Amino acid sequence: MSNKTTLGDKLRTYLKHPGSFIVMLLVMLAALVTFAVLIFLIAYILVNGVPHLTPSLFAWEYTSENASVMPALVNTVIMTLLSLLIAVPFGIFSAIFLVEYAGRGNKFVEVIRLTTETLSGIPSIVYGLFGMLFFVNTLGWGFSLLAGAFTMAIMILPLIMRTTEEALKAVPDSYREGSFGLGAGKLRTVFRIVLPSAIPGILAGVILAIGRIVGETAALMYTSGTVAQIPSSVMGSGRTLALHMYNLSSEGLYMDKAYATAVILLVLVVGINALSSVIARKLTKA
Amino acid sequence: MKSKAWTEKFMQGVFFVAACASVLAVVLICVFLFANGIPAMREIGFVKFITGELWRPSNEIFGIFPMIIGSLYVTAGAIIFGVPIGILTSVFMAMYCPKRIYRPLKAATELLAGIPSVVYGFFGLVVVVPIVRDFGAFLRQAGIVEKAGNGNSILTASLILGMMILPTIIGTTESAMRAVPAHYYEGSLALGATKERSIFRVIIPAAKSGVIAGIVLGIGRAIGETMAVIMIVGNQARITTSMLEGIRTLTGNIVIEMGYATGLHREALIATGVVLFVFILIINFSVALLKRRADHE
Repeated sequence: MSNKTTLGDKLRTYLKHPGSFIVMLLVMLAALVTFAVLIFLIAYILVNGVPHLTPSLFAWEYTSENASVMPALVNTVIMTLLSLLIAVPFGIFSAIFLVEYAGRGNKFVEVIRLTTETLSGIPSIVYGLFGMLFFVNTLGWGFSLLAGAFTMAIMILPLIMRTTEEALKAVPDSYREGSFGLGAGKLRTVFRIVLPSAIPGILAGVILAIGRIVGETAALMYTSGTVAQIPSSVMGSGRTLALHMYNLSSEGLYMDKAYATAVILLVLVVGINALSSVIARKLTKA
Repeated sequence: MKSKAWTEKFMQGVFFVAACASVLAVVLICVFLFANGIPAMREIGFVKFITGELWRPSNEIFGIFPMIIGSLYVTAGAIIFGVPIGILTSVFMAMYCPKRIYRPLKAATELLAGIPSVVYGFFGLVVVVPIVRDFGAFLRQAGIVEKAGNGNSILTASLILGMMILPTIIGTTESAMRAVPAHYYEGSLALGATKERSIFRVIIPAAKSGVIAGIVLGIGRAIGETMAVIMIVGNQARITTSMLEGIRTLTGNIVIEMGYATGLHREALIATGVVLFVFILIINFSVALLKRRADHE
């Protein structure tokens, strides 16, 4: 006896229940629309943008004749590194506190969980407003990469906390017990045993965070500013790639450059996503 | 031995302080937004600010009602386009998708979430705006509408936002459907229901809280979206009933004018941010409630 339903069985069922058949068609159609739209978006930008990826696009200096992306690219790298430098230690340490130190049913843990949920729901423009009010004005940093990086750090903090927490929770308790049994202290256990086994999960989260930093615009517009040069220090203003692209397309003067910048952004984001899922897959296999 | 105990205590303190960072961030965000926005609301008059239908910063008239309506319009539009397609796609992902292509498709939905909003906005600008412009011209020729609009419109923004909330809805709905115990589905099949009937009459009702949480999350994303929207929505601060005309959203109001605003105008923009923030807090709170309910089910 076989449980397999053949195509003929299916067809007969659908003939008997035309309503079900229509619903099934709708489901297929919706899935088709979703993936067709994604493929069309990527293909459209690649087809229109790749021919504009010229050497002059990567000239070192941004001038009004040649809207080079190079300064924006460098600023993006600086911005990413700075934001990670601030957010990653905080994110990992607070996840360690939540998983390894705080007891079950701790009221403070509830508060932290509520705040991280709140943080991850706040739209980027509100982060931008706050960054402008706090870092730019109140602390007097002016439009600067540093103000932008701190704003981004707060924005990616919940993401890093959550992924690290999940990675730490996935480490089997027997590891910890073994370490304690051999006489290691709590701190040593955390840093020598638990953290190293959680690294792939943490890394996947960090890479996702990089994707968010690279793609961010609204939070950076009024914190890091829109100067199209590489600033001499982190206290100077500089636009990242996404902001550069927004400016290009709203000025409307360099649409071919905007297409090319869209290609760079898209390739970066697709690459980052792929990398993150490869690492996450390694994690599940291990 | 003593110094070791001290290090343990010290590092525990460090971890605790780090954990406080997120709490501190939320407190700071609330304090700074409200402290800078509420004085302006008081000066303009809270009711006048919220319900005022005119936004004329040069004449010191600040009414954000058109922007509130604008945000609601595009969000509603995003829901109309995004929710049916999103839910049906998650049905496909959870119940129909052949195993072989599941992983690439799942990665594709995650990619949809990862594409930066400027890229969506740019795509809207160069692809969807011309289509909507032609559509408007066609409708005018057919005598259905009076004004065709220039393509920067509520309809355009709704389409792009609908695309942007798809991954949010697909992700939450799919996991909610997968959390429904298999015997619900099997029981329904055993009673003679078709696969489709079992999905839409048994699984989705059982996953209701999770599905609604996903929709509300999508609403939050649509209402807070900034860059993609301002690139394609026209940004006129007015109230219109035509889908083919432009409007301005709360988020757009802040970004467009913050660059040159001073004095009360600037404070009124921050107050706009406060209104948006309150909307978002309400939405977040409902998501948290719904998730809790979903967990109890």
